[in-house]
Amino acid sequence: MTTQVNEVLLRSLTPSVLGILVRRGADFAAAEDAVQDALVEAVRAWPADPPRDPKGWLVTVAWRRFLDATRADTARRRREDLVDEQPAPGPAAAVDDTLQLYFLCAHPSLTASSAVALTLRAVGGLTTRQIAQAYLVPEATMAQRISRAKRTVSGVRFEQPGDVATVLRVLYLVFNEGYSGDVDLAAEAIRLTRQLAAAIDHPEVAGLLALMLLHHARRATRTAPDGRLIPLAEQDRGRWDTGSIAEGVEILQAALARDRLGEFQAQAAIAALHADAPTAEETDWVQIVEWYDELARLTDSPVVRLNRAVAVGEADGPRAGLAALAALDDALPRHTAVAAYLHERDDDLATAARLYAEAAHKAPNLAEREHLTRQAARLNAQRR
Amino acid sequence: MAKYLLLKHYRGAPAAVNDVPMDQWTPEEISAHVQFMSDFADRLEGTGEFVDGQALAPEGTWVRYDGEGRPPVTDGPFAETKDLIAGWMVIDVDSHERAVELAGELSAAPGAGGKPIHEWLELRPFYGSSPTITE
Repeated sequence: MTTQVNEVLLRSLTPSVLGILVRRGADFAAAEDAVQDALVEAVRAWPADPPRDPKGWLVTVAWRRFLDATRADTARRRREDLVDEQPAPGPAAAVDDTLQLYFLCAHPSLTASSAVALTLRAVGGLTTRQIAQAYLVPEATMAQRISRAKRTVSGVRFEQPGDVATVLRVLYLVFNEGYSGDVDLAAEAIRLTRQLAAAIDHPEVAGLLALMLLHHARRATRTAPDGRLIPLAEQDRGRWDTGSIAEGVEILQAALARDRLGEFQAQAAIAALHADAPTAEETDWVQIVEWYDELARLTDSPVVRLNRAVAVGEADGPRAGLAALAALDDALPRHTAVAAYLHERDDDLATAARLYAEAAHKAPNLAEREHLTRQAARLNAQRR
Repeated sequence: MAKYLLLKHYRGAPAAVNDVPMDQWTPEEISAHVQFMSDFADRLEGTGEFVDGQALAPEGTWVRYDGEGRPPVTDGPFAETKDLIAGWMVIDVDSHERAVELAGELSAAPGAGGKPIHEWLELRPFYGSSPTITE
């Protein structure tokens, strides 16, 4: 037996505990603070005295904290009538509460960064400090962002169903963007998406979960020990996480079978085709191009068409890829990098080297800048 | 303790001794350089002297207020801007001598041919807080 509290397990109880408090009549902002206090208390108290019913324990402690905080706040004295009443047992299933919380935390009135922060705290049960570290901002700034977000959604009725697409966008951002700290944001995004998939039966939720699992499977091979980016074609496929791939593919196939295609399912299908290829040379680029065509129909995104140009370059040769690229706005992020790659495939090394250096200049992050500079350097060294 | 800003310039600094653009290095030389920079920051974290470090994209925008009810004016980037910051590191050290020593070590980052770049780095002291006891 370990005396450490399983924090992931503990945090997984956050949304249902918070949902129960809100259903008992607590306002969302105060209830959320109370649940955070209860989580901290659990980490302290459970190793010495583990509760038989962890969720019941958290509800009791959080409710008590909520009452204490509300009573202490004299400006809210009139609410005591409400909170002194014996709480009724939660009328609805915890699953519905969890779903409502996802909708609330991803509410369209919130900015993307606020929705991400609120979701990680109120649904994920992370502390403000952990979230601040993950996004490289001071803790006080993140605390303000979260409390403003809570005020913004304070008028939203808890029963209002939301649009699941807004929730998926927030979870996608958590998976795709963020720095470091002691929280693994990608793993956290997968956990939250898995929990959402258990609460709602929706093919795009399944599609996003599959997409995350398929990308996560490659994570260990995406960067070298020195932090250098390793492109897909050069990754050590033997080190891809086959368990994660198998789970992603299975979830994706079940979702696709329902014939309600969406952008995350299409993206996951592309990731699955990459995962399926034993070597880079055996990648089924023709099918990948077809999926990019589907994706372009679903989203009309220029980024999709840029990626499609790369796939066309692999399926039909670099000249075809360059022709597809020529139809796109060259101000698109990574346009120059794609042009450099296609010119290299076309054996025009001088142009490729020049474009790689230009792409490095425009790179959106340091890792890509170094990668592209290295590509330019490699070709320049070859040509010497 | 005193805080210092170490500034690295894309342009505006005097030319380095080993002044070769990075895309003319070998990939191994780039790796060695990146490793050196990362090790340097790690070492300063280890000694308790590292505060923050960030790299900046080369192209930015100039912005100014354009009056009540009007959107800000944006312009640039300007080719004639002499000074272009590439990145910074903030250190918190015991003395000016220590700050100079560290800046010198950072300027020795390996470049083309694996030799030190001898890059000019700008060292700027922060204004500290006013002390409690002044007499």
